[in-house]
Amino acid sequence: MELKIKAQAGSFESSDVLIMVEPQPLGVGRKIELESIVLQQFGEDLLNQINTDLDTFAISDVRVIINDKGALPPTISARLETALKRSAGIQSGTLS
Amino acid sequence: MIKAKVVKNILQRDIPEKLEGIGELEPFAGAFTKLKKGWMEEETVPPPNKAKMPHSDKTCSDLKEAILRTNPKDGMTVSFHHHLRGGDSLLVQSIQILAELGIKDITLASSSLTSAHDPILPYLKDGTITQIYSSGIRGELGKAIAEGVMPKPAVIHSHGGRVRSVHTGRIKIDLAVIAASASDEEGNCTGSHGKSAFGSMGYASIDAWYAKQVIVVTDHIVDYPCVPRSISQNYVDYVVKVDSIGDPSKIAGGTTRITKAPMDLQIARLAANVIEHSGELKEDFSFQVGAGGASLAVAKYLRKIMRRREIKGSFILGGVTSYGVDMLNEGLFRSIFDVQSFDAAVSTSLMDNPYHIEIPAGLYANPFNCGCMTNKLDIVVLGALEIDTDFNVNVITGSEGYVRGASGGHCDTASGANLTVVVCPSFRGRIPIVKDKVHTIVTPGESIDVLVTERGICVNPKRPELRENLIKAGIAVKDIKELATEVEKITGKAKPIENTDRIVGVVEYRDGSIIDVIRQVKD
Repeated sequence: MELKIKAQAGSFESSDVLIMVEPQPLGVGRKIELESIVLQQFGEDLLNQINTDLDTFAISDVRVIINDKGALPPTISARLETALKRSAGIQSGTLS
Repeated sequence: MIKAKVVKNILQRDIPEKLEGIGELEPFAGAFTKLKKGWMEEETVPPPNKAKMPHSDKTCSDLKEAILRTNPKDGMTVSFHHHLRGGDSLLVQSIQILAELGIKDITLASSSLTSAHDPILPYLKDGTITQIYSSGIRGELGKAIAEGVMPKPAVIHSHGGRVRSVHTGRIKIDLAVIAASASDEEGNCTGSHGKSAFGSMGYASIDAWYAKQVIVVTDHIVDYPCVPRSISQNYVDYVVKVDSIGDPSKIAGGTTRITKAPMDLQIARLAANVIEHSGELKEDFSFQVGAGGASLAVAKYLRKIMRRREIKGSFILGGVTSYGVDMLNEGLFRSIFDVQSFDAAVSTSLMDNPYHIEIPAGLYANPFNCGCMTNKLDIVVLGALEIDTDFNVNVITGSEGYVRGASGGHCDTASGANLTVVVCPSFRGRIPIVKDKVHTIVTPGESIDVLVTERGICVNPKRPELRENLIKAGIAVKDIKELATEVEKITGKAKPIENTDRIVGVVEYRDGSIIDVIRQVKD
């Protein structure tokens, strides 16, 4: 998937997550900025999940800003997928 | 310091035999192990005997003068009651005065602490207050205690256990500062009327009886005599009139509303259905519910069931909300025994209705007497921050390991009731609530009969007849271990809270034994 623009998905609501993605030049790698109210309990799980999902979409150069209010794993994946697709112009959304 | 030997209590929690700042600790050995003897092994200390000359004046011009007259000293124990809830300003005022007087090493023995008491945080850090006895600690104080700001461990007791601790002298109250919404000049006082009416003064009775010095503080002096009265003049040393005992909008404001959260309502509906088919919902049954979330909502559905089946109850116990008062007025219950009132409408009922009866904490829940009211309880509905697969409940520490809750009457009522129902969601946000092991045990699983969550109803294997009753009524019952596994599949496995070895708090069971300890949270 090729990212083109900044995009976001999700919200600050409890049990949701706000994810912002920003395309990065080739070779920069993944910059993941994670904030979560369950960082102590699920910090590593969250990072693993984000990385696995980015692998699935074959994205290696990206900045991802995550503000998690205790969202469940399916919510995280769904929000990330939506943000990525909005960034790639495949799906319309708030910032496109 | 030589490290004390550590033993495992019956719930496999590590309890040191001795702890600096508290002394010897007795490991918890089962809910009724101590009670079934029929008496308390610990000696009871006598209350102080005092004398006053005829026609001497108890009134003081302000709180500072009254406190000075009690001759405050380093190392003293000061007690308060928490009936003013989030509106209380008296505790903070009193501690500020003691701090200004340079008093150090105070033991604070408040029946509970709320976030209204956050302003005393600096005094925990500067050595003014070095130990806390309380049934609950929240807000900034709970966070600071878990982070280890205090030199001596905090002691969390139940409402009934606090009375026992005063009788045995574990809590030796030097000064009780008792807020009242109305008092006469001799200290006959009440919470049932006046502009800051807050209802029952149940937790303050033992303080008035046992404290070496008692100051009654009110914002409303009435002509002698104050009628009705909760505490009588023979216990009171000084009386102070102040402009305000707190924020009336938070003390006497409004009614407690029943939650509108769909999940809480669903859990409450399920719980009411469980109660209806438990075999315990009979004519003349007695009932207690908590005021929070799903618990109070159970009363709403139970009310409908009682009307439909034309069942009348004998009494409502405990922390009383206006919803309970409505049920009394509707004739669904004959009486209310009120140790603590949660909203304004309750004070009026306490004042006007002779069947709305104020009770002291000892009568409410002290295990060591000839029968507290919780012993006569049929059904209680309680909340939980966490519950484990042995039904042990945590209501004191949150998911980060901070102290952010209250033992309150949880273990008292759970031990007494024929049917103890715990209502809670199976997980909150991403935090599992039903799990293998809770961070801190407050109420032992042996006291819990059934857990009701949105994702399943679990009956304690110790109650096979209850399980059968529910199944007969077509209620699906789930194994609690299966539920915990299901929850973990949804949330993922949470990494446990990281602690140091240092013990910053102990959790007393109602009989005085130690059911668990709270360790310092790692940064």
